[in-house]
Amino acid sequence: MQVNENKEFQPLIVAFCCNWCSYAGADLSGTNRLNYPTNVKIIRVPCSCRVNPMFILRAFQRGADGVILCGCHPGDCHYTSGNYFTRRRMTLLFGMLDFLGIERDRTRVEWVSAAEGAKFAATMNEFTEAVKKLGPNRRLEDLRCRKQ
Amino acid sequence: MQRIGVFVCHCGTNIAATVDVKAVAEALSHEPGVVISQDYQYMCSESGQNLIKDAIKEHSLTGVVVCSCSPRMHENTFRKAAAAAGLNPYLVEIANIREQCSWIHKDIATATEKAVILGRAAVAKVHLNAPLTAGESPVVKRALVIGGGIAGIQTALDIAEAGFDVDIVEKEPTIGGKMAQIDKTFPTLDCAACILTPKMVECSQNERIHIHSFSEITDVKGFVGNFTVTIKKKARFVDETKCTGCGLCTEKCPMKKVPNEFNMGLDNRTAVYIPFAQAVPKVATIDPNYCLMLKTGKCGVCSKVCSVGAIDYKQTDKLVEEKYGAIVVATGFNPIKIDKYEEFAYSQSPDVVTSLELERLMNAAGPNGGTLLRPSDKTHPHTIVFVQCVGSRCDDEKGKPYCSKICCMYTAKHAMLIREKYPDTDVYVFYIDVRTPGKNFDEFYRRAVEQYGVHYIKGMVGKVTPRSDGKLEVQASDLLANEQLHIDADMVVLAAAIEPDKSARPLATMLTTQMDTNDFFTEAHPKLRPVESATAGIFLSGACQGPKDIPETVAQASAAAAKAIGLLCKNSITCNPCVAHSDELMCNGCSSCEKVCPYGAITYIDKEFRMPDRTTRIRRVASVNPAVCQGCGACTVACPSGAMDLNGFSNSQIMAEVDAICK
Amino acid sequence: MNNSLKDWIDITSGVNVRKCMRCGKCSAVCPSYDEMEYHPHQFVYMVEKGNIEPLMASESLYRCLTCFACVERCPRSVEPAKVVEAVRLASVRKQGNNHLIPDQIPEMLDDDMPQQAIVTAFRKYTK
Repeated sequence: MQVNENKEFQPLIVAFCCNWCSYAGADLSGTNRLNYPTNVKIIRVPCSCRVNPMFILRAFQRGADGVILCGCHPGDCHYTSGNYFTRRRMTLLFGMLDFLGIERDRTRVEWVSAAEGAKFAATMNEFTEAVKKLGPNRRLEDLRCRKQ
Repeated sequence: MQRIGVFVCHCGTNIAATVDVKAVAEALSHEPGVVISQDYQYMCSESGQNLIKDAIKEHSLTGVVVCSCSPRMHENTFRKAAAAAGLNPYLVEIANIREQCSWIHKDIATATEKAVILGRAAVAKVHLNAPLTAGESPVVKRALVIGGGIAGIQTALDIAEAGFDVDIVEKEPTIGGKMAQIDKTFPTLDCAACILTPKMVECSQNERIHIHSFSEITDVKGFVGNFTVTIKKKARFVDETKCTGCGLCTEKCPMKKVPNEFNMGLDNRTAVYIPFAQAVPKVATIDPNYCLMLKTGKCGVCSKVCSVGAIDYKQTDKLVEEKYGAIVVATGFNPIKIDKYEEFAYSQSPDVVTSLELERLMNAAGPNGGTLLRPSDKTHPHTIVFVQCVGSRCDDEKGKPYCSKICCMYTAKHAMLIREKYPDTDVYVFYIDVRTPGKNFDEFYRRAVEQYGVHYIKGMVGKVTPRSDGKLEVQASDLLANEQLHIDADMVVLAAAIEPDKSARPLATMLTTQMDTNDFFTEAHPKLRPVESATAGIFLSGACQGPKDIPETVAQASAAAAKAIGLLCKNSITCNPCVAHSDELMCNGCSSCEKVCPYGAITYIDKEFRMPDRTTRIRRVASVNPAVCQGCGACTVACPSGAMDLNGFSNSQIMAEVDAICK
Repeated sequence: MNNSLKDWIDITSGVNVRKCMRCGKCSAVCPSYDEMEYHPHQFVYMVEKGNIEPLMASESLYRCLTCFACVERCPRSVEPAKVVEAVRLASVRKQGNNHLIPDQIPEMLDDDMPQQAIVTAFRKYTK
């Protein structure tokens, strides 16, 4: 969580993007100069199925306010079936996080192809707005990790 | 202790205009392990790369972070530079501060802040990078071409020409594909068979080309350079090696009422048949759905007349396993089924035909010996209506969303040929747009209108009603004249949309290649890599990738061949070292990883372990074949004990990135 | 160009007129084509251009039988009949311009043409 001078809440958003589709999609939104907020920080993974639920828990523990996972469209996975695993795993994980008090709107899986730069930017704008509305994430965050 | 160098690129003003690069370099210089932090105008330039090389040597760096453009752009450049300076190339990490920072943000303060965070994440990751060595795997010097149409034939001929063995797998009894069924070709009007059959013969005579006709692919394993493919040779009940193609059996076969697929069912063939006179291989095939001997056990005429004893009623499907270095897909297209467009009365009247049926009706080897006659009463048609875009350019539920591309030209060709041969025939073509981009194509269409007097009408046919007097009442709109037309036609020809062959989708699954929603194979890059699939070692040829006419198909076939030859020329290829590996001490042999692996790269081995009490125990542990693993990481998440990890994207590396970002 | 009216018709009809590729199949199947001043494809095109007033003033509105042949046959699923219906509604709802007085209707009826209401009911109840 960052709070700037005019005290508007600026959420910290971690985005995991698969190398073949979504990361390329994010690059494309850059190439096309389609703006999205600086709150979004992208981590490149080979495939969305590489994202261990552990990483998402860790992000929330370390103070992330929202986590979004982007992969290839179902059926288009570079590794044939990776995003199907992602879909199942994240359905379970997000259900559990919801139970723990991390609102559904703080987590999301989105399919963005390498050709969908506009969709990537739109998704990030929308997601940031949604997380902004929810305010800082106070569940799961380990206060010992917070910067003094 | 790690010694990390950070290099921040200005990229001219691309980065420097919105990110304070000096501040980024300064901020990152305070990160743990960073011994040098520099910025430079163009890191990817020769002098920029030299800067990195010199720093590696001077400061004996153990890791390099380049804050620049996307790793998809220059990761390889910087890795090569590091390797040249003696640093393992996989100890280089890129922080993407152009595409994912400077280009999308406007405010310098926040953009700089973000760039620092991205740089910090890369530094945190590079701390944990391990040197990796890319392995090599040998290339099998043999290519497989799936599909024996003009695309497959051309690809096979080109690869064979370069001196490599090629196998063609064709599901029909003969190669030749759709082009063999076509009468004339646009825009030159030369006969399709006259230019195709020599190529077919060339295929059969070339000692490097092996044709598996009447065969299908049932399984594909392996990876680029080393595919193992299972080919099912379907039982044709004739010994291919003995049959001379004399055709005596086809003359004597008593079962003469089998719809002839080659002539689009417009006439009949016998149960034992050779599809057409120039078939390659020229070998008879018995159709088990109609053969009396195979169905009832009573007949055997063909076996009695065959002088070489080639007939074998006991033949069964045979599986053959072959190894290939490269695979070219050339599965081609089919016209769609148009029964569902009831308005055109295709299933109500035999005089409503598709364009491919018209090709056969006009062909000298076709059912009427080349004279155009109405299928219903074998009379000469005087008014013919052509309908364009049947099933093409439709909404998703109504048909195909794309333009089938070839219809405008072949309809112009048909109209022209009919007007030339039968000047007393009125020909109407209803079009939405006439699309003729191609060398000499628009001139060809204009010739049909200007010289041959074909009536082109902007509008669409709405209804075809077969009347009791045998005429077809065509109701259509003429948009330019703003009137509704009623034409009494003798024949209606429908330009049916084309779609990829039905075998393409299961094949794509076997090959792990991508397909679009229309079942066309997706090329690796729509502009710059049009003949390669995204899966290494798989190439695309012809209409399986999108609608194409013959010249385009042949051009793409040769291009695919060139790509395949480029691969086959190599003795070995470098593997991706970012693959999974299992910590055998942690693995409990549960098989979770094996089940999620899309490549079958994980096997289990029984291995002897020394226990703390000095006994030995045999445990079942996972073992990853690094040559087969593609590095998706599905197994790393499935592993319950955390034994599986991925090189280059390890759990600790990604975790370090998360921590750095959330700091 | 009447944008507010165009928007109203877009919303009321639920049709995206921009999907039209001008093939003219709607007009090719239309059974009352010859009775109409503006034909189905023109309805779609003129609504797209925002040129709607001439359509509202035209008798063509009442020549459409709502047989839905155009809806059924349109390759792009544009649904021209729904556009006609929306223009008809726009005309009906226009205040102070009641250009159809009930007493006049019997003399306006055409013996050769089926009635909209009958065709609509037929279509509705024979499904």
